[in-house]
Amino acid sequence: MARFLLQRFVIMLVMLAGLSIIVFITIELPPGDFADRQAYRMKSTGVRVTEADILQMRHQMGLDRPWYERYLSWIGNIVLRGNFGISLSQHIPVTEVIGERIGFTALLAFATLIFTYGVAIPIGIFSAMRQYSFGDYFFTFLGYIGMAVPSFLLALLLLYVSVFVFNSNVGGLFSPQYVEAPWSWDKFVDLLNHLWVPALVLGLAGTAFEIRTMRATMLDEKNKLYVTAARARGMPEGRLLLKYPVRVALNPIVSTIGWNLTAIIAGAPLVAFVLALPDTGPLFLNALLDQDVYLSGAMLLLYSTLTIVGTFMSDILLALLDPRVRYGERT
Amino acid sequence: MASATGVSGRLGWFRRAPQDTDARDAEIKYYTASQFQLIWWKFKRHRLALIGTFILALFLVIAVLAEFLAPYDPFNRNAEYLFGPPQAIHFFEDGTLHAPFVYGITFAMDPVSFQLSVKEDTSVRIPLQLFVHGDAYKLFGIFPTDIHLFGVEKGFVHLMGSDKLGRDLFSRILFATRISLSIGVIGLFIAFFLGLIIGGISGFFGGAIDNVIQRFIEFIRSIPTLPLWMALAASLPKEWPPLQVYFAITLIIGLLGWTHLARRVRGKLLSLREEDYVTAAKIAGSSDWRIIFRHMLPSFLSYIIVDLSISFPYMILGETALSFIGLGLRPPVISWGVLLQDAQNVRAIALYPWLFAPVAFVVLAVLAFSFVGDGLRDAADPYSR
Repeated sequence: MARFLLQRFVIMLVMLAGLSIIVFITIELPPGDFADRQAYRMKSTGVRVTEADILQMRHQMGLDRPWYERYLSWIGNIVLRGNFGISLSQHIPVTEVIGERIGFTALLAFATLIFTYGVAIPIGIFSAMRQYSFGDYFFTFLGYIGMAVPSFLLALLLLYVSVFVFNSNVGGLFSPQYVEAPWSWDKFVDLLNHLWVPALVLGLAGTAFEIRTMRATMLDEKNKLYVTAARARGMPEGRLLLKYPVRVALNPIVSTIGWNLTAIIAGAPLVAFVLALPDTGPLFLNALLDQDVYLSGAMLLLYSTLTIVGTFMSDILLALLDPRVRYGERT
Repeated sequence: MASATGVSGRLGWFRRAPQDTDARDAEIKYYTASQFQLIWWKFKRHRLALIGTFILALFLVIAVLAEFLAPYDPFNRNAEYLFGPPQAIHFFEDGTLHAPFVYGITFAMDPVSFQLSVKEDTSVRIPLQLFVHGDAYKLFGIFPTDIHLFGVEKGFVHLMGSDKLGRDLFSRILFATRISLSIGVIGLFIAFFLGLIIGGISGFFGGAIDNVIQRFIEFIRSIPTLPLWMALAASLPKEWPPLQVYFAITLIIGLLGWTHLARRVRGKLLSLREEDYVTAAKIAGSSDWRIIFRHMLPSFLSYIIVDLSISFPYMILGETALSFIGLGLRPPVISWGVLLQDAQNVRAIALYPWLFAPVAFVVLAVLAFSFVGDGLRDAADPYSR
C-alpha cells in the first residue's frame, strides 16, 4: 500500500511539473510582452515612450532573461511564496483577486461529484435490475439527452425555463439578502438551496455516463455464479445485491472519478459565467478576454491542480476498494 | 450439416427468409458480401442511426446550398424589424385553405414603457413564393444569380425572427451551419492525422517509446481541456483578420480530439498484429505493405470512422463554447456559437427568446452524430454476434 501511494504521489508531482510548463507557455504565448503592453498603455495616456525606455523596462522586469530563468522565477514564486504575480487588469496580487472564489469552485465541483454518484449509482442499479422496463428506457433516453446537450447550453435552457415557467431566477449562489451577509447557518442553507442547480447542470453528462457504466457492469455481474450461490444459501435479496454485484460494479465507477472531475472542472467556468455564480468562472473568462495572463494562468494552474489532486485521491479510493490495485497488480 | 446451426446463429442479426432456398440465398449473399456491404446491412438495422444519417445529410445540403436556401443575405439588414419575433406561417384564413402565407406586421409603441410591440396585421396577407428573386449571390462562388428557394415579393419574412440589427436569423443560422460544420470537419482531419501518426508510432515501435507516448497522453487527458483551449484561444492577437482566426481556432479545436484516436490506433495495431489472418498472410509470403493495406487497414478503418464520428460532436461543442464567450470566431464570421453570443444572459432570453434558436441546431447536430456513431460502432464489426 505504501509503495503504491508513493508511486502515485511521484506521478502526481511529475504531472504538476509538466502542467506548470504548459501554463507558462500560455502565459508567454500572446504576442508582445508585459513591457510592450505597459508602453502601449503609457502612450495612450500621452506619455512619450522611446525604444530605449522599453528596453529599460524589460530589463527592470527581468523580461530579457532567457525563458527558463523566467519560468523558474515564476514557478519559484508560486511554490515558495504563494505569489502568483500581479493581475494586469486590476493591479492587485492575483491571490487577492481569486481569494475565496476558488473555494466556491472547489465546493461546486465537490457538490457535482456527490450529485453525480448519488444519482447515478442507485439509478444504474435500478436500470440493471429492471432491464427493459419503462424506467430503464426513460433513464436511457435522459442519458442520451444529458450527453448531447453541452452544460453551458443546458444552463441557458434552465435559465429560460426558470424565468418563463417559474418566474424566478436560478442564477447566483445566494438569495439577495444573503449576498453581503456574514457567514451563518441560514446563509449556508441558502447556499445549498442554490447549489443544486449548477451541480445538476454540470453533473448531467457525467451522471448519464456513469448510469450507463453502472448498468452495464451490473448486468454482467448479476447473473454470475457467485450471486446465484449466495442466493441459494438464502441470503436476503437486498443485502445480497449490495454485498456482491454492487461492490464489484462500483470498481469501474470509482476508477473514472478522476476523468469525471476533469470534465466537471472543464465545464465549470462557462456554466458559472452563464449562471452568474460568484466563483472563479466569470473571473477566468474576463481574465482571458482582457489577456490578463497572470490571472488566467494562475487559474488554469489551479483548475488543473484540482483535477490532478482529485485523480490522485480517486486512485487512493480505488486502492481502498480493490485489493488487486492495492497489492500492486497492474490495472 | 453440423455447421448449419452455427451459421444461422451467426446470421441471427441478418434477415432470414422463410423458405429454405431463400435462406440459402441469404447465406450465400452473406458469405460473398464485401466487408463494407456487411457493415451497411447491419448499420441499416439501427433505426436511430438512420435518422441521424438523414439529419446529417440535411445539414450537408444546408451547408452546400446555404445561399440558395436562405431567403436573405445574412448581412442584409431590415431596419424596420429590429429584434423582430418570428413570423408564423399560416395556411388558413377564416377557415379557407390558402397557399402558405405570413401576415404583415404593425408596430405599436407602449406610451408608458416606450417598448415597441409587434402585432400581426391580419388585413395584409403576404404569400410565400418559391424561387423568388432576392439578394444577389454567387452559387458555389461561381454562378451569379439572385434566385432563392422561397421568399416574398413585397414585405418581408423572418421565420425565426431577426436580431439586433434586423438581420434574418433563419438565413444566418443556415450560413452558420456551414461554418460550424466546416470547423468540425477540418478539426477532425487534424485530429485524425495526429492520432494516426502518434498512435501508429506508439503501436508500431512499442517498448519505451510506447510507454512515453502513453504517459504523455494520460497527462494531456488529465488537464481540463476546455479551460486550456480557452487560454490558447485567448492568446490569439486581437488584430488578426477573421479568416486567420478561423484557421487558428480550427487548429486549436483539432488538437482536442487526437488523444482518444491515438489510443485506439495503438490498441488496434497491437491486437491486430497477433490476429491469425495476419500470421496467415505473413506465412503466405505477403509483403509488409500488402499486410498493412490489404489485411489490417480494412478491419481497422471502420473503428477509426466510428471514433471520428464520436469525436465530431466535441469539435462542434468546442467551437460553440469558444465563440459563445467571445474567444472563438468573431463577427462577421457567422457560426452557431457566434449567433449564441446574443443570447448570453437572462435579459436576452426573457425579451428575445427566439435568439435561442441556434441551440436547437447544435443539439440536433450533436444528437445526430451520436446516433450515427452508435450505429457505426455496432456495425463496425459485422462478424460479431
